[in-house]
Amino acid sequence: FPRKSVEDTDEEFDELCFEFGLELDEITSEKEIISKEQGDCKASEASDIILYKIDVPANRYDLLCLEGLVRGLQVFKNKLEAPRYRRVRPASGEPQKLIITKETAAVRPHAVAAVLRNITFTQERYDSFIELQEKLHQNICRSERSLVAIGTHDLDTISGPFTFTAKPPAQICFKPLNQTKEYTAAELMTLYKTDSHLRHYLHIIEDKPVYPVIHDRNGIVLSMPPIINGDHSKINLKTKNVFIECTAMDLTKAKIVLDMMVTMFSEYCSQPFTVEEAEVVHPDGKTCVYPELAYRTETLSSDFINRKVGINESTEKIAQLLTKMCLKSTATGAGDEIEVEIPPTRSDVIHACDIMEDAAIAYGFNNIVRTTPRTYTVANQFPLNKLTELLRQDLAAAGFTEALNFALCSQEDIADKLGKKIEDTKAIHISNPKTAEFQVARTTLLPGLLKTIAANRKMPLPLKLFEISDVVLKDQKKDVGARNSRRFCAVYYSKSPGFEVIHGLLDRTMQLLEVKPGSTDGYHIRAAEDSTFFPGRCAEIFARGQSVGRLGVLHPDVITRFELTMPCSALEMDLEPFL
Amino acid sequence: CLFPCSMADTGVLELLRLIEKADDGVDSVDAASRLGVDHQVVVGAVKSLQSLGDIISAEQRSSKHWELTEEGSEIAKQGSYEARVFSAVPLEGLAQSDLMKLPFGKIGFSKAMSNRWIKVDKAQEGGPRVYRSVDSVVDQVREKLLLLQKGSGSQLEDKDKNELKKRKLLSEVTVKSYWIGKGNSFSTTITKQETELTPEMIASGSWKEKKFKPYNFEAMGVAPDCGHLHPLMKVRTQFRQIFLEMGFTEMPTNNFIESSFWNFDSLFQPQQHPARDQHDTFFLSDPALSHEFPQDYLERVKRVHSEGGYGSQGYMYDWKIEEAQKNILRTHTTAVSARMLYKLAQQEKFTPVKYFSIDRVFRNETLDATHLAEFHQIEGVVADYGLTLGDLMGILHQFFTKLGITKLRFKPAYNPYTEPSMEVFSYHEGLKKWVEVGNSGVFRPEMLLPMGLPEDVSVIAWGLSLERPTMIKYGINNIRELVGHKVNLQMVYDGPICRLDS
Repeated sequence: FPRKSVEDTDEEFDELCFEFGLELDEITSEKEIISKEQGDCKASEASDIILYKIDVPANRYDLLCLEGLVRGLQVFKNKLEAPRYRRVRPASGEPQKLIITKETAAVRPHAVAAVLRNITFTQERYDSFIELQEKLHQNICRSERSLVAIGTHDLDTISGPFTFTAKPPAQICFKPLNQTKEYTAAELMTLYKTDSHLRHYLHIIEDKPVYPVIHDRNGIVLSMPPIINGDHSKINLKTKNVFIECTAMDLTKAKIVLDMMVTMFSEYCSQPFTVEEAEVVHPDGKTCVYPELAYRTETLSSDFINRKVGINESTEKIAQLLTKMCLKSTATGAGDEIEVEIPPTRSDVIHACDIMEDAAIAYGFNNIVRTTPRTYTVANQFPLNKLTELLRQDLAAAGFTEALNFALCSQEDIADKLGKKIEDTKAIHISNPKTAEFQVARTTLLPGLLKTIAANRKMPLPLKLFEISDVVLKDQKKDVGARNSRRFCAVYYSKSPGFEVIHGLLDRTMQLLEVKPGSTDGYHIRAAEDSTFFPGRCAEIFARGQSVGRLGVLHPDVITRFELTMPCSALEMDLEPFL
Repeated sequence: CLFPCSMADTGVLELLRLIEKADDGVDSVDAASRLGVDHQVVVGAVKSLQSLGDIISAEQRSSKHWELTEEGSEIAKQGSYEARVFSAVPLEGLAQSDLMKLPFGKIGFSKAMSNRWIKVDKAQEGGPRVYRSVDSVVDQVREKLLLLQKGSGSQLEDKDKNELKKRKLLSEVTVKSYWIGKGNSFSTTITKQETELTPEMIASGSWKEKKFKPYNFEAMGVAPDCGHLHPLMKVRTQFRQIFLEMGFTEMPTNNFIESSFWNFDSLFQPQQHPARDQHDTFFLSDPALSHEFPQDYLERVKRVHSEGGYGSQGYMYDWKIEEAQKNILRTHTTAVSARMLYKLAQQEKFTPVKYFSIDRVFRNETLDATHLAEFHQIEGVVADYGLTLGDLMGILHQFFTKLGITKLRFKPAYNPYTEPSMEVFSYHEGLKKWVEVGNSGVFRPEMLLPMGLPEDVSVIAWGLSLERPTMIKYGINNIRELVGHKVNLQMVYDGPICRLDS
């Protein structure tokens, strides 16, 4: 933001932002930015004007541009009364028309429109106007224009009524914004494949049989949403009358976006804060008038706000607080009732709790007295976590060091490297991993411990590690089709395999879990075949008749695949049977 | 070592006698050769005597001297290779091939040739034959080495020494030695000192008459043989402890896989919200969808999103079950809080609760030095009648005080499922600025009322990550050194106990 007109010093401004819920990220200048990015010499001609980089809450579209932010802060500081936005009929009496044809239903069914009449742009205002479109595209329009696309046009270069239709790509032909010749829609899609900016939007319509297009009565193309506008109607500093159209998949969002564009910039119209209406004619003949610029009234009590926030203010004071937040409020006089008017700029206010928050912000979060609720409760530990906590302590006391590994890993880690097939693992699979490290959730803790050893080969031997953590297994009995399973895994890595060490740790663990050696009520181990282990060096662990895990000396191939060089024995078992 | 070495006992008396005879002292190397012991034994004796007080004076010095290499010693004993070749060649000569078979043949042959001690007749039948070309030879290499071995190297010229060094028979070494003289309380009789107290001494009481060698308190002790807990888990234990002290019950968070319904929809997070994008969340291909939902609750959630209700305008969009069914790796433990609050709402009569959890959450984000795809979220939730924003700030104050953080302030923020939402900032004394330490808020009625909770019940909650306070606590800059297999085990071994408030 290139200027401030609200506070005097940077510190005061920072404080104001904090209270209002904004984040003053950085104070810089164009010169400083260019010098940082491209070096001092390039920066010498850039502007010295101080810029304030401010982070705005994601739901406050009304603070996305300088006009809205300054307006919001000035109202907050009682330096300005919130303007009232009005929709007016054109002087001619005949509003602009946008006719939607039925073909659009297949690709982009909704459209809204409005006119900013007799607007005066300066370079600053023009830049801000373009920037707000971009920011709305990135925010509420989601995934860069897929939900809503905004088109702004110099009304004096085109003539209505306008038609919003959809045509096969070959039949759309126009000169797109900032190009020198005409292209068909099909050619445009190829042209923009290499455009670093536009290529991200192509997928929205690319595989559709028809593409959306808006043209005027003479067939001049205004835009091919959501990709590009026509060059013919582009606005410039001299533009006096702006035709704004928003096409969308979601009508609610289109209305919000249109309201936002016109409320922010109608300030610069000859009649400030007025917007000329436009008619949208639907395929079924129904006509709607936009922008809606709807003011909604909510009635609530000051008691509600006092109770929820934890303050004790008069009804009048609370009405004043809300008015500071651009929510014009009055105490009706009927008890502690307050009437709150929600302006079209505050689409984020959808419930009384949103109004309550604004009252709290205006009061100042940090002025609220901090109290202690008298909620009486007795604490309980989650039994599985309690067992885990106690066992961890004693395993460390038994000489083993705790490791902590990722729950996500590659298929290779839990299958190939352990000599298993991925189909046999019961692993859940991630559909959109950015790298192989996030293909699956681990089904065993062993790979993590082996990788920990590999990353710590310089440490003195023996290495004795353990981990108690959850693995994830597919399980059709669960509502989501998968469940966690709490495991205990330990490894011994040294010049000799140390099976007796790992076996001794099993004995100690069973002692801690109060399971005695024995084949029926106690625990025992029995020779087993397992491709992860060296043949003849693997045993299955049974506790109270149930198989709970395995231990043994790892197969040399497994050791090698994890880039290790020494013999290694390991133990992994379920903990949940011991709850 | 901590105890005076037993090796030092040998030679102490002999050394004292030697010093007694020497008028102005003796060099320790010299003493070693005179006593016929290794130099280290004398050094040990010196140290042992020094520890007994001012019996001797010892001044450290260093000198260079020549020493035979292993090969040099062998030659001093057996003769040089060329001399050995000469004596191997009989008067009637020897086939060159046979000579070469000898272990010293190759080097000795060329040296003996250049000394003109032998000659080769190539015209011989059966290959070249070697003959003596002089009657006798003087093995100067051996003689020089013997001189050096006796310690009479000074008789040799530097040129000779360098020549032998080049042949790797000799090397120059620096010897650290002591110049030992009499101390002020010099005596040749010393009482024998005991190293350690023994069971026998205790039984007989003989310890009363004995003198004990002093310990070296400068040295480190022997590291105990033990296991260690992971620092992040130590911090987790402390946070658990804090919640338990405050009367919070632990939630069962052992379900990493969650449906979008519980992770987002139940929290009134609209289906087009960017957090539900492929770029932010891990979706599952198998099992891709959830199938079981509490049906009437699901209908209420659908309605509040698409049409509003409970005093809300809703989001006014076409809510789709297909979107809610999508399985994901949970992006926050608040999904579990939602399940717990729903369960609470199904009770016949509402009872106030305080819940907490500390467990893993997953984000499909861009990774850097402080961000991983998975981290631990700490979460606290309180549900009761009439809770206020002031109560939330009060609880947060108590919670953070237990972490040793007392200066807090709150900034308005946005979160789809809490209103009001507050970011928690604490004043960092080191950085001299306010830093964000957590997030908090009051759950929206659009989340709570469809669950069936009473209208006048408020639910306040807060969350923070476990990794960040741990990294600050243990001074770790790269998160990979803390979490995951690239952990620095030495850091784990050396880690102190964790007290968050000190």
